[in-house]
Parts: sequence; C-alpha cells; structure tokens
Amino acid sequence: MFRAVLVANRGEIARRVLRACRRLSLGTVAVYSEADRDAPHVREADQAVLLGPAPARESYLDIERVIDAARRTGADAVHPGYGFLSESWRFAEACRQAGLAFVGPDPEAIRVMGDKTEARRVMAAAGVPVVPGSAGPIADVAAAEALAPEIGFPLVLKAAGGGGGIGMARVDRVQDLAAAFAGATRRAQAAFGNPALYVERYLDRPRHVEVQVFGDTRGGLVHLYERECSIQRRHQKLVEESPAPGLEPAVKEGLVEAALAGARAIGYVNAGTLEFLVDGRGRFYFLEMNTRIQVEHPVTEEVTGLDLVVEQLRVAAGEPLSWRQGDIVLRGAAVECRVYAEDPAKKFLPSPGTIAALHVPAGEGIRVESGVEVGSSVSVHYDPLLFKLVSRGAGRDEALARMAAALAATSVEGVRTTLPFLARVVAHPDFQRGAAHTQMVESGTFGD
Amino acid sequence: MSEEIKAHITGVVFQVPTKAGDRVAAGDPVIVLESMKMEIPVEAPRAGTVKEIRVQEGQTVQDGDTVAVLD
Repeated sequence: MFRAVLVANRGEIARRVLRACRRLSLGTVAVYSEADRDAPHVREADQAVLLGPAPARESYLDIERVIDAARRTGADAVHPGYGFLSESWRFAEACRQAGLAFVGPDPEAIRVMGDKTEARRVMAAAGVPVVPGSAGPIADVAAAEALAPEIGFPLVLKAAGGGGGIGMARVDRVQDLAAAFAGATRRAQAAFGNPALYVERYLDRPRHVEVQVFGDTRGGLVHLYERECSIQRRHQKLVEESPAPGLEPAVKEGLVEAALAGARAIGYVNAGTLEFLVDGRGRFYFLEMNTRIQVEHPVTEEVTGLDLVVEQLRVAAGEPLSWRQGDIVLRGAAVECRVYAEDPAKKFLPSPGTIAALHVPAGEGIRVESGVEVGSSVSVHYDPLLFKLVSRGAGRDEALARMAAALAATSVEGVRTTLPFLARVVAHPDFQRGAAHTQMVESGTFGD
Repeated sequence: MSEEIKAHITGVVFQVPTKAGDRVAAGDPVIVLESMKMEIPVEAPRAGTVKEIRVQEGQTVQDGDTVAVLD
C-alpha cells in the first residue's frame, strides 16, 4: 500500500478521497489555491501544499506544481478526483514518470476515451452500439451536408475535443447547417483549442443511463450495475439514481454487457463509467466513457454497500479486485441530488458568494457529501457544486420520500442554490413514475 | 444616446469578441464572462455601435459593473 496519497482536487471530492485514505490508514496530502486557504479539505489532510493563485490554470490544473507538491511531501500516489486533471492523460503520464502511482487508468485509456471520435470508433469496433453519425471529425460543411441524409435530421454537431455539452449545436434543417457549423467550429476552438467537429443523429427525449465498471491490473473486470442520470441542465447532471426505474431487465442486461465489452476492449483498469443514451424503444447508444471516479458514485455505493474510492486506492496499489461479480448485489434504491451555487430562476446562472448559514439533514438513509461549511467562500474560479444529498431506501419510494424530507430540511444562506428546483423535480409526477429524459429540465417541465 | 452594458453576474472576463467601433445586433455577445466553469455572454441590449470596452481578458468583474458602452 501507499505511504501517502496526494489528493489533487478540492471541495467535496477531496474530502471524500481523504476519508477513504484514512480508512486504509494512509498518509494524506492536500493541495490548495490561494482562494482555498481556509477550505475544509486543507485542514483534514496530514500535510497541505499551496499550489498557487486562485485561477485553476495556475493551481489545480498546473501539472508541474502538483507533481512537485507530491515530491516535496513524500507522497507516492496521486488521486485526481473528478474534473481538473482527472482526465488528463498527460498528467497520468507525468505521475508515472515521476514514480507516482496515479489512482486511475493508464494514460493510454484516458487519451483514447478523451478523444470522442476515437472513443466512438474503438467502442463500435468492440460491438458497443454508437449513435449513427460520422466515423470521425468532418472536414467541412460540405462533408456534413453529404452525410446528413444518411444520419437524418435533426442532427447534432459536437466538438471532437470536448465534452460537457460545450460547442454543441442542434440542426433541424439542411439550410441551417452552414451557419450552425461555423458557430460550433468557433466555439470548439475557443473552448478546447481544437475546432474539429463530428456529427450525430439527435435523439428525441432520450434517457441517460450509465454503467459503473471496475477493472484491476490482473485482468479482473466487474460492473456495479447502472445509474439513471437523465435530470440534467447544460448536459450536466443534477439528480442521479440506481437502479434505473422502469427499464426492462433485458435492456439493463444489454447495457451491462456492452459496458463490460467496451471496458475489456481497452484493458480498462480502476473505476470507470460508460455512459449511454437510451431511446423510447429501449435501444441504447454509447455516449462517452468517464475514465475516473464520478460525482454520482455514492448512489452505487449505497445500493451495493461497497466503497468505490477505497477500492480505487487498492487497485492502484496493484491489488486484485476485492469483489467477484457474484458478490456485487444491488439492494434497495438510492438517489442523489446535487446542490449547486446556481440560481435556477436565472437559467442556472452561477451564484458566487459566502456561505452565511448552512443546515444539512441527518438521519436514517441520508448521506451528505459536502465541500463547504459556514464561512466558506464560493468562488467564481471553480465548479459550483456545494454538496450532494444522497438517500437510500428499501425501495425507490422510500428513497424518494427520504430525499424529499432531506431537501426540505436543508437550507443555505449567502448564495442561491438548486435546492428549490431539486425539490420540484423529486415531487414531480413524471419523475416519480420514472419517466425522466435528458431534455426535461430545459423544456421547462419543472418550471423556472 | 449611449448606454452602459452591465455584467449580470460576477465572473472573470474570458473573451472580448468585440472592439470599439463594431456594429452589434441586439443579443450579440459583447464580452464573454467565465464563472464557475461556465462561459456566460454579456449581450448587447439593442442594436448599435460599441463605443467603448471597459474590461480586459482575465479581469474580475462584479455583478452590475459596466463592461462596455453602446452608442
């Protein structure tokens, strides 16, 4: 096992990883920016290293400084969390070259899955269904026009170098293609430094269902069932649950088999998630693979009773998986709600500020993963996730009832949050009957 | 008649896609702010000519700060 693990992140995920390290009695190193001097994760680690100024580029995204912090503190492993450097193959490679264990997959798996066109090609070759679309980046608008009849309208232009919905454009008619292509190219260049676009069929009201997989360095590979994450805004999730409600067992089995085949095709090691879109007829298509721990991992932990972050550390240390597939049993149901410092009444615009008061719930079947406390400054420089509420129940009804009560018992002062919006989602009849889809939030189903 | 364009959120100036003298239509982004990993355009409230840009890339602006002036 490791001597000490450097946690290259902040907020709730840094605290979550520190907790897992403590469970394994490993030493811990936190890193922080000037904006995070007083952040809880800094206090909770054995050692803490200041990386640099508040902007992420000069602190949490600076590979040299993070590696240097590990060297200076004697850490022999780095856990990247999610976001920041977690999906940077260069960072994973830099860790390896510095003799540090990277708690995640090989740089090559990160690189291949990070290039969305390459990922699609590799998955299709492994027999994983992909959305009908271009085989790779398209050269120009003429090439897009030539492909359009085969793919069918509406279609969507996506940035080959990006994710998170940035640079995406839906196109309904062939005459709109040229303008949309120009705009999406510009946005892709600005956001990712790579103007390449690919084109796909646009799916109407699909569900987002993903499968958690876990591989070890000895060829072991298991899945931990699915999560349903259709409640999204700007292609980012707000509510997740497991198991996925109202999905035919045959579809679930198909998803799990496809995910395992995809992960096996790239020799995947450590925790990863294959994301799929599922249409109204139960057909599913690979969307992307996240080569890291995900924000919503607690949902899976609650229904399986397993600790994914502890397992990440074990596997990164070269140990075999502690679980065989048959040991992984899904019990009950779990739901997660993400509380962001955003104003739902203003189209989820950021709401920076200082947490003046904070009340979070506790009780049977309730788990809170928080990155903030009273007095925490919520900076413009980072992701606005404040904390996650997770509820578990013997069945979905109980998990949802507990979540509704938890949301009602939670209050935050000083910044606007997604709390009132989340309460409306959980109470909504369509959500309650398990009929969520990815376009619900933006179509105004839950009001403003 | 000139009109001040104000930031509607707190953030860091990510891009300045316009310059003094540019013609803009209502709804065109005059500057783009970055806040909490989101890019948020500050749009021209009406058609006109950009008279002055008062911010630079990388600068922090507060909700309500004037970022540009429209002629």
